[in-house]
Amino acid sequence: MTDVCIVGIGIHPFGRTPQRTGLQQGEFAVRAALADAELRWDQMQFAFGGSDAAGKADTLVAQLGLTTLPFINVLNGCATGGAALFGGYSAIKSGEFDLGVAMGFDKHPRGAFDPDPVDWGLPVWYGEAGMMITTQFFAMKLRRYMDIHGISPMSLARVAEKAFRNGALAAHAWRRSPMAAEAILDSQMVNDPLTKYMFCSPAEGGVALILASERKARELGRTPVRVRAVVVRTRPPGSFEVFAPSIEIERGPAPTVIASRAAFEMAGIGPEDIDLAQLQDTDSGAEIMHMAENGFCADGAQEQWLAEGRTRLDGALPINTDGGCLACGEPIGASGLRQVYENVVQLRGAGGARQVPRPVRSAYSHVYGAPGVSAAVVLTC
Amino acid sequence: MLAFVDARPIAAGLFKITPELRLIGGRDRKSGRLLFPPPGDAESFEPVDLPNRGLLWSYTVQRFAPKSPPYRGEEPFADYAVGYVELPGALIVESRLVDVAFDRLRVGMPMELTTFTLRSDEQGRILMFAFRPQPGAAS
Repeated sequence: MTDVCIVGIGIHPFGRTPQRTGLQQGEFAVRAALADAELRWDQMQFAFGGSDAAGKADTLVAQLGLTTLPFINVLNGCATGGAALFGGYSAIKSGEFDLGVAMGFDKHPRGAFDPDPVDWGLPVWYGEAGMMITTQFFAMKLRRYMDIHGISPMSLARVAEKAFRNGALAAHAWRRSPMAAEAILDSQMVNDPLTKYMFCSPAEGGVALILASERKARELGRTPVRVRAVVVRTRPPGSFEVFAPSIEIERGPAPTVIASRAAFEMAGIGPEDIDLAQLQDTDSGAEIMHMAENGFCADGAQEQWLAEGRTRLDGALPINTDGGCLACGEPIGASGLRQVYENVVQLRGAGGARQVPRPVRSAYSHVYGAPGVSAAVVLTC
Repeated sequence: MLAFVDARPIAAGLFKITPELRLIGGRDRKSGRLLFPPPGDAESFEPVDLPNRGLLWSYTVQRFAPKSPPYRGEEPFADYAVGYVELPGALIVESRLVDVAFDRLRVGMPMELTTFTLRSDEQGRILMFAFRPQPGAAS
């Protein structure tokens, strides 16, 4: 079976772009990816794309060209980008296609998300009582984790400090001003123990990747980045997820643990072989918990890792090298593909001021979101 | 026993007040699996009383007014605590936490079931279940 390669990447800057709709940001990203690959839209044999809240991806054929290609819409919450990539990867892996697009975009209103209980199969009282709030879930998962594994509030601040420092070096990031750990710690408390600057915000943006079979990539004369694993997993029994009025006493693993293990098995390498990682950082505590859930360190070891700066750009395992969701914001449908975009930039050695200062041969990315879905991607060059 | 004249539970079948306050779970008649809130389907799920005491599993404080809808609480908004309480042998249930200073909350704190007025309308007060520290637990 063929390897699947990434031969082009494009991004629309994250943050707020009032003059462009979400769809237009998606279109911008596709055009940028095609230019990067030196290819044309009419050469694309398929597209997988989606947004959570900014429109139907397949309508972009009106702007990009009526080439009659199959354009498959995906809608998987925070794993939308991962699902688009999974679709494109599988299409090429099957041997049926050898060149196509995976893309995602979004545009959310300001402030926390305001889900309707009925859409989530939940009773109305759950929303009325003020418990259907995503940030509460992240805070409560973290509170228990910190108590059991000895993580301090300073570690939460260090993660956000690193995010803003990295974001300042990334042209596509939203928040581009560094901030001291103490200021992050002292900012307004939102959901204890998480303060305002420890949470990412819903935002806007678009990302597109051009995928090719190994043969096609060679034919195009590109130095490809190889997609070694794309795994999407939903929650197993006993996991603790957002919007759970109750959970079982017998605990099960998180979907991230399942997705991560499967991705490493598929790639044939382990966490110790990874040179840098992009991990879902909805809040700074999520990044800390996801370091362990993805197998990069033991539960509780993060306290020392962060104190020693091991996840900074010059550390042993740089994490969220473009500032992650904390600095880029979270357009749900684009977030997972932004991580892959950033990993390709780093694997090409094209990160400029934020380039990890040693050879990068392998990169990992991970998203997690409601209602308990995780996607993991392993790239090598 | 709580007076019930001008007050009604936020939803039917969620908790009962007499003879003592209890959350109502639903036990799958086939698999024995316990769920909360109880699914409406009485043919498949048998209503069971859940323990009214347990240990605080985790918690946070809601420090901004949630978007409304879906939130419908008392106006003006005041910060409130939310947590999960492990009810032994049953489930870990998400709940509002009341009658406790936020800085007294601890994982493992013994809690007991109570109710509070979420809001009022022309028919009276609307009661929501909550947990509070067992006597002496928050000192």
